[in-house]
Amino acid sequence: MTAGSVTAEPPTGVAPQAASGPGLRRYLTGTLFLLPAFVLLSVWILYPTVYTIVRSFYGRSGFDEFVGIDNFKALFTTSTLTTAIKNNLIWVAVVPAFVTAVGLIFAVLTERVSWSVAFKTVVFLPMAISAFATGVTWRIMYVQDPNLGAVNAVGRAVVDTVNPPGVLSDALPSTPQLTGSAQQGMVLQTPLRAGSVALIGLTGIPPASLPAGAAQAVQPAAKPGRIVGVVWRDFKPGGGVPGKVEPGEVGLPGVTVQLRDSQNKVVKTSAAQDDGTIDFGVVAPGTYHAGVSAGTFAKPWGGYAWLGTKLITPSLLIAYIWIWAGFAMVVIAAGLSSMPRDVLEAARTDGATEWQVFRRVTVPLLAPVLSVVFITMIINVLKVFDLVITLAPGSSQNAASVIALAMWRTSFGGVNDFGVGSAIAVFLFVLVVPVLALNVRRFRREVA
Amino acid sequence: MTDVALPRPKLSERDTVAAKILRFTMKAPVQLALVVLGLVWLVPTVGIFLTSILPAQAFTIKGWWQVFSKPSVATWQNYSSVLHNHTITHSLVTTAEIAIGNTLIVIVVGALAGYAFAWLEFPGRDWIFIGVIALLVVPLQMALIPMFTLYNHLSLYDTVLGIVLFHAAFGLPFAIFLLRNFFVGIPKDILESARIDGASEIRIFLRLILPLGLPAIASLAIFQFLWTWNDLIVALTFAQNVQPITVAIFSNLRQFGANIDLIAPASFISLLVPLCVFFAFQRYFVQGLLAGSVK
Repeated sequence: MTAGSVTAEPPTGVAPQAASGPGLRRYLTGTLFLLPAFVLLSVWILYPTVYTIVRSFYGRSGFDEFVGIDNFKALFTTSTLTTAIKNNLIWVAVVPAFVTAVGLIFAVLTERVSWSVAFKTVVFLPMAISAFATGVTWRIMYVQDPNLGAVNAVGRAVVDTVNPPGVLSDALPSTPQLTGSAQQGMVLQTPLRAGSVALIGLTGIPPASLPAGAAQAVQPAAKPGRIVGVVWRDFKPGGGVPGKVEPGEVGLPGVTVQLRDSQNKVVKTSAAQDDGTIDFGVVAPGTYHAGVSAGTFAKPWGGYAWLGTKLITPSLLIAYIWIWAGFAMVVIAAGLSSMPRDVLEAARTDGATEWQVFRRVTVPLLAPVLSVVFITMIINVLKVFDLVITLAPGSSQNAASVIALAMWRTSFGGVNDFGVGSAIAVFLFVLVVPVLALNVRRFRREVA
Repeated sequence: MTDVALPRPKLSERDTVAAKILRFTMKAPVQLALVVLGLVWLVPTVGIFLTSILPAQAFTIKGWWQVFSKPSVATWQNYSSVLHNHTITHSLVTTAEIAIGNTLIVIVVGALAGYAFAWLEFPGRDWIFIGVIALLVVPLQMALIPMFTLYNHLSLYDTVLGIVLFHAAFGLPFAIFLLRNFFVGIPKDILESARIDGASEIRIFLRLILPLGLPAIASLAIFQFLWTWNDLIVALTFAQNVQPITVAIFSNLRQFGANIDLIAPASFISLLVPLCVFFAFQRYFVQGLLAGSVK
């Protein structure tokens, strides 16, 4: 049972002895009971609100510099501030809808499993953690290097399955006979015929990126009727002679060499063994060229710059939804549990599918709860600050800025312009006033 | 469910087993989806913990999920150095002072006002209460600049008291709203009989309202405690040397990678307290949340 759902005993009009002696004493007692709250609220909320509104019409230097609505004009002309407003619009457009939807889905799904408490606890957990710690947490998640950042690590697992990286990402040709580059692929210009040996030497491969299993390279003997060859790392500590397979130089297993005919059509392919040898088998008469395709040199996926200027807002939105989904879920689940079961059962008995029950019965009945979650999220999103200032690195903060952050940075972050800062605060206040009106109306309906 | 089954009472037990299996397989996708989602939701929190036991040098080489992969590099060294870091330990004490002090003020002041709004008669009571509700949505950004100026005049800048009072004021509208709504539900007879017996209002408040209102007060206390414990913006604005834990870590964020051996364990310590509070008082926490939003 929630505290708020206890029905109010109507107190209005139950004061018959208000004018008598004890009534006056009660009036005084009431004043005494309210005094501390009155002081705190007036000094820390009422007075500042008036002050900030007045201050927003004065310039940076103080109350001797009346500037009219210039500060508000600055709000829509300064690029950092318009970015902040635009970003906040994105927040308002995305977050409340997503959080409500995710919360609804979670709440409905958890009703069907026996371990719903465990699930709810896990999803609700981020609500207890500070937005600050969440910022730190997600900054770790979003590190760009897929070896370090979990989000990009998952991304790489997906990308590598679709588009596997090559065995060598930064090799160079070792002899002038081999032309091309890692981006285009390389072709051995020496013409090959049946009985030729193709020598494909590559350098510029750091020991760490040598393919697994690489062994001492072997130059195969020419075989009549066939084309054979070797792909090897044409370098050994101390140098070595380019174009010659020497002791200490290793084969490059896994590199796939293509054999192209005079029309440049790939006729055969051969993957190098551990010692680097390749064998195209018996070939028809004619001249051929051997080449290594660009795919061999494809770099592994480097990950998205989640914290860079382009992606920072989506990254923030994801982290924010991660925090608040639990709130929506718990509130909506409470709404669900107080829903009349017989209505749902009646719909099911009448042959409605689960989807129809959800769409036509559950959602309409939950509408008041959903709108409360939605409105709460709009207010939260308008005031978002901690997460942005923590998660966005300094270089991305202009791109990530939101109204509350712009207000703080303008007022206390070095610029120290209290005029524009006040104007931003007033703007924020104006944005939440409609919600205030809504709250008041709700309460008055409750009292009446 | 039972109603549907009634017209066919002759169903054998084998059918119910089949029905069970059917129901289970129908549920399997939901179960699976929830398991996956639950894990996804858990990953970041696990991630910050594992990062916090990763040696500083390892952060740029190994992902935190490899911390236990052979050879394991897990270490408590970071925690040991953070707990010996005077700035951090001192900031934890400051955070506790702010959170506890503010929670106490909000409870006392909020309960007094909540009782007045619920059970005392005075002219304009409901209008004043509506005014308090209106204050619920005033963004604290509206007060930063004036209070910054005022605090400098009153020497409240850079003091625990200044931060506590600011939080208290902005926590009050919700506190009054929550407690008033709870107190109103206390049976009127109890109060009336106490009044007839000649008990003073203050006595009724202390002996009746506070004990009866304990569930709501608990919810409020947890909320207020977490809110101030987790605060960044107020402390960042009104203090320089008086640093709660969030501000102390915040000043290290500029060199994120280089300071990660301090940032991760300190952040984890800072979130451990709210986490414990949350687990210990989960019920009250959720109740407060519902009271504040539903209705």
